[in-house]
Amino acid sequence: MKARVFITLKNGVLDPQGKAIHHALDGLGFKGVNDVRAGKLIELDLADGTSDSDIEDMCRKLLANIVIENFRIERLENA
Amino acid sequence: MKSAVIVFPGSNCDRDLAVALEQVTGRKPAMVWHKENDLPDGVDFIGVPGGFSYGDYLRSGAMAARSPVMRAVKDAAAGGVPVIGICNGFQVLTEAGLLPGALMRNARLSFVCRPVPLRVENSQSLLTSAYENGEEIFLPVAHHDGNYQADEATLDRLEGEGRVAFRYLDEVNGSARSIAGILNDSGNVLGLMPHPERVIEPAHGGTDGRRLFEGLLETVAA
Repeated sequence: MKARVFITLKNGVLDPQGKAIHHALDGLGFKGVNDVRAGKLIELDLADGTSDSDIEDMCRKLLANIVIENFRIERLENA
Repeated sequence: MKSAVIVFPGSNCDRDLAVALEQVTGRKPAMVWHKENDLPDGVDFIGVPGGFSYGDYLRSGAMAARSPVMRAVKDAAAGGVPVIGICNGFQVLTEAGLLPGALMRNARLSFVCRPVPLRVENSQSLLTSAYENGEEIFLPVAHHDGNYQADEATLDRLEGEGRVAFRYLDEVNGSARSIAGILNDSGNVLGLMPHPERVIEPAHGGTDGRRLFEGLLETVAA
């Protein structure tokens, strides 16, 4: 069973990398980009039966820093 | 004074910290590898050095904070042993939950490497006693992820409890309220981005860092 964890900066936390990407897109002539936020994607290959709360525990203890980041878990049931 | 310096794969200021401690205390510190479960008996001081532990994988300090030796460091800190985290060491201490907040990418994205003026905001702690309150000192910084952030309530609490130890006097990395270093609630754990161990003799361009270790030696000996 596979799961994906999406880690994003909390709202209001300054994202200098997102800003730089935004600036570069602008420089390439892509207009109409209102904002850019950069995050991380972590793919987990898990033993069958791994519960949602196990994955949440992994996120809270290591994968995300909950001081500044949010996480969202997406299970890929058939993967 | 019996001190220990923690060494992670990717630490690169461990030797500088060891030299500073040996010069000031007259005794070589124990270098403790991250896989150790225990610290040497009777350690009076623990230094978590700068560098790029675990290549800054995931987040700066994130992997190091979960390494076996950090359990022993947490226990020692809870028992009142003074602990200092410098630069990557500061990142490790926040990731380990020994200090609040987080250190993010510098606001202008560039690596900052230069001496910076700082104001000593709290000279009453075990680790800052050599300085005067409000004194201006110079310490070098060298970091990419030194932008200190915490929520407003945490920042207010740090200010209210006198736990902001050092503040930048000019714009360095975008840190909330120009915070350069903070203390834990019992005052025995200090994290700071600037490098006191890099200015311990006049040939280094200053000795403001040496005083931190001298003050520590005095309070530990007292």
